[in-house]
Amino acid sequence: MDSPATYLSWGFILISIPNLLMIIGMIVLFIVALVAPFPHGTDEKGAKERRDD
Amino acid sequence: MTESAQEPEVDRGNWTLALRRFLERRVPLVHLLPDRQPYFVGSWVYVFGVVAIAALIWIVATGIVLVFFGPQWWHVSNIGHFVNALHFWSVQIFFIFMVLHLWGQYFAASWRDGRAPTWLVGVIVFAISIVATFTGYVAQQNFDAQWIAINAKDAMNAVGVGAFFNVLNFGQMYGLHVLFFPIAVTTLVAVHVVLVRMRGVVKPIDPPGAETSEPARRSGPQASEGPVA
Amino acid sequence: MSSTADSQARYYAGIRMVPFDLLKEGVLAVVGVAVLVLILAALLSAPDVPPVTIGSWAQADPVDFVTTATAELAGQSGTAGYGPPYNGTPDAAQAIGPIVPQEWAGVSTPIDTAKDFVLHPLELAAAGDATLTSALATYEGANSTQQQTWLDAYTTALGNATVQGGEVTVTPGDYGPVPQLMASLLGVARSGGLDALLLENGRFFQTDFTRPLLLMGDGNYLANLAAVQHLTGDQWGVMNETGSYPGQTWLWLYSVWYQLPPFNTAPNADLAIVLIVLALTTLLALVPFIPILRDIPRWVPVHRLIWRGYYRGSSS
Repeated sequence: MDSPATYLSWGFILISIPNLLMIIGMIVLFIVALVAPFPHGTDEKGAKERRDD
Repeated sequence: MTESAQEPEVDRGNWTLALRRFLERRVPLVHLLPDRQPYFVGSWVYVFGVVAIAALIWIVATGIVLVFFGPQWWHVSNIGHFVNALHFWSVQIFFIFMVLHLWGQYFAASWRDGRAPTWLVGVIVFAISIVATFTGYVAQQNFDAQWIAINAKDAMNAVGVGAFFNVLNFGQMYGLHVLFFPIAVTTLVAVHVVLVRMRGVVKPIDPPGAETSEPARRSGPQASEGPVA
Repeated sequence: MSSTADSQARYYAGIRMVPFDLLKEGVLAVVGVAVLVLILAALLSAPDVPPVTIGSWAQADPVDFVTTATAELAGQSGTAGYGPPYNGTPDAAQAIGPIVPQEWAGVSTPIDTAKDFVLHPLELAAAGDATLTSALATYEGANSTQQQTWLDAYTTALGNATVQGGEVTVTPGDYGPVPQLMASLLGVARSGGLDALLLENGRFFQTDFTRPLLLMGDGNYLANLAAVQHLTGDQWGVMNETGSYPGQTWLWLYSVWYQLPPFNTAPNADLAIVLIVLALTTLLALVPFIPILRDIPRWVPVHRLIWRGYYRGSSS
């Protein structure tokens, strides 16, 4: 991990592979979070609000 | 707890009583530690914030270990180097999930219904975290720290703060990094979380033309209203 | 009921509340992040490239060291011409029209590069060294025009210098005592003495590395090492890290300006870019109040994914 990273360039953009993976990973993670089903807890029918103690 | 319409003469002007009543009114335990939430909180996007806080906890914990053994320790000890690696990756995770949280809250327009202060504090946390991290990078006492400091001084000097915030001064940067900024960041994160708990999670953005729920009416000295859905 | 509980009850009126465990969620997050961080640290470790010292610089690249030291003595190095806070060089400060905060801050960390980096260390090293004492006397006894003539000639000659027998060698010429001064300074530097002298700065306990770092920053050795790691400003260096580690990707909006005209060639780029980034951060903070910026979430249907259960009509 100590040898200099490989860099990719497009025009004025110059980015290291680790940084690019980081950014792509974040975008993927965001999209997955948007679409992945979320487990819903059991509802309490007729217990819409708890009384404050 | 209801406030009596006429408080006894002896209680008027009592700061402690006023503060307690303020906290009981504005930040009751039932909303600081809720066990119910609106059913629409059903997306993994809601998890980003708490993961960022978890990462912050590990940043502070590993940072405390590093402080305890001194700034040279992690350069000469294998365990120290490992603890530093924990600190390094905790910071990466912190920023990843803080930014994901920012994206999520932006697309949810979470500043609606009086939540603009929450958004504002969040942006301040982001900005201060960047400066906190920066003091860490220049306090590393390695090649990276040397190079970053030599270059960052130009930005600091250009805006006139370079002598006040001397990035070439290890003692100053290290002290800010281990004391001042951890206090600043954790305090602001706590304020941010309390604001979220006080107001509750913002309701979904309604489609235009559809029936909306009643907009929240604020009672008490609640100031700024952000744009209402 | 408290006023917050009142207003939350009103805010969520008609909306089904479901149980959830805040503490469990928090503990799960802490444990999850711990596992993730432990795996990353165990597999990948973290970067720690050892620092350069003036001693290692003088040993590895004596020509660059001597060239830098000569520039310091001549008052022609980066630091010498920097302006505030190190000296009062006219027109050196970064400015945007009448906005010159660098000047306003004043010379609060005064550094005389000739004295601090060259002459004072040599005066200390001259004790018991007759040759050096004599060379120093010759230099300090000459008038400034003579000194500048020697320095200019030596600077030019250094362009073709070689290292022979550990010494920096140039073609013969009239450089006065300057080669002797530089040879002695190189010896002090190689031994680590210059690191110690510049850091200690008259006191034993020191944590302020301003002087040694400024001297190193004036040379090419450190910058060349940085360029290999893609850390220079025009390589998006602000975002990068040594080795194959991720850097500071969150600084992309600060780094990008240094790659673009006119900033990539402007002498006041730092001032301009810091002001731009401050303005953008302020904009971000004020998004709730800025038309269009605050409306984009309504137009872009990401929220329809976040709340798809709600929009499917599964309300109470």
